[in-house]
Amino acid sequence: MKREERRHFEVLVVGGGPAGMAAAACAAECGLSVGIVDDNFKLGGQIWRGESADSSNTEISKWLQRLHASGAKSLCGLRVVHQSEPGVLLAENFDGFCELKYEKLVLATGARERFLPFPGWTLPNVMGAGGLQAMVKSGLPIHGKRVIVAGTGPLLLAVASYLRKQGAEIPFICEQASWTSLARFGAALARSPAKIVQGLKLKLDLSGTSLAANSWPLAAHGQTTLERVTISRAGRIEEIPCDYLACGFHLVPNIELPMLLGCSVDNGFVQVDEFQQTTIPSIFCAGEPTSIGGVELALIEGQIAGLAAAGRVEEAKVWFGQRQRARLFAQLLDRTFRLRAELRSLSLPETIVCRCEDISYSRLQKHTSWRSAKLHTRFGMGPCQGRVCGPTTQFLFKWKPDSVRPPVFPARVETLAALAGQLEAQPEVTGGN
Amino acid sequence: MPDQVSVTVTVNGSPVAVASGATVAVAIIMAGQACRISGNGEPRGPFCGMGICFECRVTINRVPHVRSCQVLCEQGMDVVTE
Repeated sequence: MKREERRHFEVLVVGGGPAGMAAAACAAECGLSVGIVDDNFKLGGQIWRGESADSSNTEISKWLQRLHASGAKSLCGLRVVHQSEPGVLLAENFDGFCELKYEKLVLATGARERFLPFPGWTLPNVMGAGGLQAMVKSGLPIHGKRVIVAGTGPLLLAVASYLRKQGAEIPFICEQASWTSLARFGAALARSPAKIVQGLKLKLDLSGTSLAANSWPLAAHGQTTLERVTISRAGRIEEIPCDYLACGFHLVPNIELPMLLGCSVDNGFVQVDEFQQTTIPSIFCAGEPTSIGGVELALIEGQIAGLAAAGRVEEAKVWFGQRQRARLFAQLLDRTFRLRAELRSLSLPETIVCRCEDISYSRLQKHTSWRSAKLHTRFGMGPCQGRVCGPTTQFLFKWKPDSVRPPVFPARVETLAALAGQLEAQPEVTGGN
Repeated sequence: MPDQVSVTVTVNGSPVAVASGATVAVAIIMAGQACRISGNGEPRGPFCGMGICFECRVTINRVPHVRSCQVLCEQGMDVVTE
């Protein structure tokens, strides 16, 4: 990349998943100059990772083709790390950096998995559920490997189904939610025509894999890599040899960049009005950062944000009814996959909670807040900047996340040097919930 | 999906063949190596798969602290774990 390059877009979209793609396509179709930037080397986000325009999934191929035809400029492999000045973002790639200037910004930063610590969770080959799926989509051979899929949320089913198709052996899926919650979830899904089809398809893909409710991992064992896991399966303790443990506890929104830019956050989610506009008038937000609602809601919100950013408010309004219905699904997800209290006691005193800085549960237990733990132990100060341990300690200790400080991701010195001392002048951005 | 044409990279000096389109993190797992050793001396491997946890950071072609799950393997790439 040419150093210190500055590119200008009427609408800039951060995040190349479904919400961002929909926003970029809609804004570009209105005739505006649009850029869509994503940290990954291809568009699609986590959910559509590895898919291309000739995908057998018609929704994915439709959006990839539509985005391409819209004329929106894709900027992949580029990570936004900071704001150089209002209306200008600083981004870097593998070997350089650039500035992205915008009139209107759409934040579609997606979600990440929530992780909970248990003994052995730091062993190699214990990964996130979506994490292992991403690795397999990135070329990790999984054929003939035995994988335990554990945690909570609909992602577990999708991951198990995908891994089985790739030839993995999945003895069962370990879901912490109760059968009662899952039955209610199933009944509610049945009322939504689009979802029931997806549900049936998953069931077919998963014949031979059982879903164990009221179940969760207790420990992962191995010398230098994972060898077996102990699980609590509906009250019984079982130990199972396996090659991989794919473990994630539903999703948490990526709100660090919205917070850095000053957007208000309410109860952990970015606050938006009916046009997906944040509390900063030039900035819109769509998809998981506003509520964990899945692809359907993300696409609708993305279209509303893209049209509204392009000034087409009447066209955006057309989607309000569908968004309302999709938001009901988000509420259903939240109710069904809420974490049970027993999961707070999975850690032993010596279990590592902060993976970056190797801070154990017992060292954190002495503190009453994120800030106190951070000042005394370096908790949350490693390269993940609290992205892994933040949601974890929010659940374990009910700690509220700390402020976001620039740069929002670790960045190279030469990138930061471009800011020419602006960092010191930046006020600390507070928020969270 | 990565295709079947193979690309060879070196991980800590040993050659590893991976499918074209595979990430460096995949090559490290296939080489049976940890990506880094934590402060307490624990081996760590790729974890989140999406570039947020930084557990998979390594040195690629002498550039340190690169998240190996976000970089595609290229023929002859030199990967050194941390």
